[in-house]
Amino acid sequence: MSAVQPAMPKSWYAPSKPHKFCPGCGHGIVLKALGEAIDELNIQNQTVFGCDIGCSLLSWNFFAVDSTQTHHGRTTPVMVGMKRANPELICVGYMGDGGGYSIGSQHLVNSAIRNEKVTLILVNNTNYAMTGGQLAPTTLPGQKTETTPYGRDVEKQGYPTRGPEMIATITPDGAYVARATVSKFRQMKTFIKRALQNQMEGNGFSFVECLSTCPTNWRTNPQQTWDFLEDQMESYFAVGEIKSPFGKGEK
Amino acid sequence: MEKPITGTMKAFMTGNEIVAWAALAAQADIMFGYPITPQNEIMHYWTRLAPKYKREFLQTEDEISAGFTVCGAVQAGRKAFTATAGPGNVLMQEPFGMAEAMRLPIVAVIQQRGGPSSGTVVYSQQEVTLTTYGGNGEGHRIVYSTSTHQEIFDYVIKAFNTAWKYRFPTFVMGDGYQAKMREPLEIYDPEERGLAIEPARPLVGLPGSIGVDREPAHLCNIYSLEEELYEVVLELDRAYQEIAPQVVEYEEKMCDDAEIIVLSHGVVSRAADDAVKTLREKGINAGYFRHITLRPFPAQQLRDAIKKSGARKILVAESSYGQLMRLVRQEIYGETVEICGLLKPGVGIVDHDIFDKVKELL
Ligand SMILES: Cc1ncc(C[n+]2csc(CCOP(=O)(O)OP(=O)(O)O)c2C)c(N)n1
Ligand code: SF4
Ligand SMILES: [Mg+2]
Repeated sequence: MSAVQPAMPKSWYAPSKPHKFCPGCGHGIVLKALGEAIDELNIQNQTVFGCDIGCSLLSWNFFAVDSTQTHHGRTTPVMVGMKRANPELICVGYMGDGGGYSIGSQHLVNSAIRNEKVTLILVNNTNYAMTGGQLAPTTLPGQKTETTPYGRDVEKQGYPTRGPEMIATITPDGAYVARATVSKFRQMKTFIKRALQNQMEGNGFSFVECLSTCPTNWRTNPQQTWDFLEDQMESYFAVGEIKSPFGKGEK
Repeated sequence: MEKPITGTMKAFMTGNEIVAWAALAAQADIMFGYPITPQNEIMHYWTRLAPKYKREFLQTEDEISAGFTVCGAVQAGRKAFTATAGPGNVLMQEPFGMAEAMRLPIVAVIQQRGGPSSGTVVYSQQEVTLTTYGGNGEGHRIVYSTSTHQEIFDYVIKAFNTAWKYRFPTFVMGDGYQAKMREPLEIYDPEERGLAIEPARPLVGLPGSIGVDREPAHLCNIYSLEEELYEVVLELDRAYQEIAPQVVEYEEKMCDDAEIIVLSHGVVSRAADDAVKTLREKGINAGYFRHITLRPFPAQQLRDAIKKSGARKILVAESSYGQLMRLVRQEIYGETVEICGLLKPGVGIVDHDIFDKVKELL
């Protein structure tokens, strides 16, 4: 064992590393961006990190920030309640596409409409990863999952949810809405940082969807994994800022 | 900030209005709620009163959200509560379960309505099973059942104190009658009466620098191993059993020589009280026993009452088809007393219903 520790964001919780995600998983990349953003904004002591049930749960003790857990889909109301009760806190909810767009969709939609001053980060890996790779609202047309073994049939299962586009439509000014991808780390970090800043300034609801990889359930090798992300996902789900109080927005 | 109530004031209010005043007096900070009859006026009064005393309210998108926002708010160290009924109580079992698992000091007022399903919006006592043992846990909750408007005020204040002192989710169960009926009572500032108000303590957003003054709080609600969860549940139960004797409450009258004990909770106890008095006047040795806490259950106290009286029969009177009776059976298992029921799901019970039933049984 090497005694030299790799460089980590200060807001990471070292005793829980190495983390528990599969090799090649995008979750760790998203959390690295979030960690660096927390460090750069110097908000480690005010931040509360709430994770959903899903592979996001593997991050329950990922950060050296106060952290909490709840049920599948319910991270949004827990963080909303916390923020309403103590607006000094910087409340960050972390969830999957199933948690955010399916079982917790009523919370997401209504918190967005109410312009709740929380930051939500949603990992879009086109499947329900934790439970073994079933159809998610974001599964691409034709994509095979355990519950769509012949591929997603849009006649039967509908089209994939485009979350940020929907949220941008229903939020008032002051909301921050973006879609990032783990293939563009610096841009993703900028988006996440702005989503935190937006909460700190009390402007409104802040939401970043992060396109992410799940080689385990996709059953892909590294090359295929990256191809699926960059070629399939990024062409269906446009990456960029959709709504931003910080100027024109990065496409 | 001016106190909502100073000294003792005479009032003539509905039960729902009392809940709002009591929550203010108990120093509740924030309510989350979703409309459902018969609890609506709790929100109506709270939203009128709260801004005057810098308290908050959010009408959430549904009861699931109302329950979970309360769970978030109490973690932030604020006294938060909700109120619901019937199908709303069903939806709130999910957040109530989380509160049970994480020992979150949430307070919920349940104004029972008829069931199953949407049932009626009127009145019932059919939320006993759900409120005491709902969810996929072991019922580590505290449930008070009030029977007068004075008690609604007293026990809502007590519920906040109990929740924050012992850190178990705490419920005050009323019903549509208590919610909508108007009755005289005294409202007061608890501290002026020497009733200490339990302080709220945060679980997250703690003071100090992480890594310098303290470790981060990593609150846990799901476990990897069977054995881990087993330890958690046993610890929950150990803590619950330890506090149970301090929490348990009941009311007993004329049981010393009772041939038959009339057992009830909530608003039905009023009818039971009257019926037992009339029976005594007619020379029938009836006794009265009421559960103020349905969880923890005053089991030993009931066994003692049966023993000292030598009663041959118990009559359980309730506006449900045996939810209290099932609790009684399980809690006094082994007693040879015959357990009979006056069971009227979703329907009110008056004194002569009980009087007639006792005459029939003896
Ligand atoms: C009420 C409820 N229903 C179902 C589950 C089972 N469950 C756990 S994680 C999960 C899906 C997770 O998918 P997603 O939110 O996309 O996160 P990912 O694992 O893909 O990161 C489900 C359905 C649950 N925990 N609770
Ligand atoms: S199953 Fe997929 S999402 Fe979950 S940790 Fe593994 S790679 Fe990541
Ligand atoms: Mg997913």
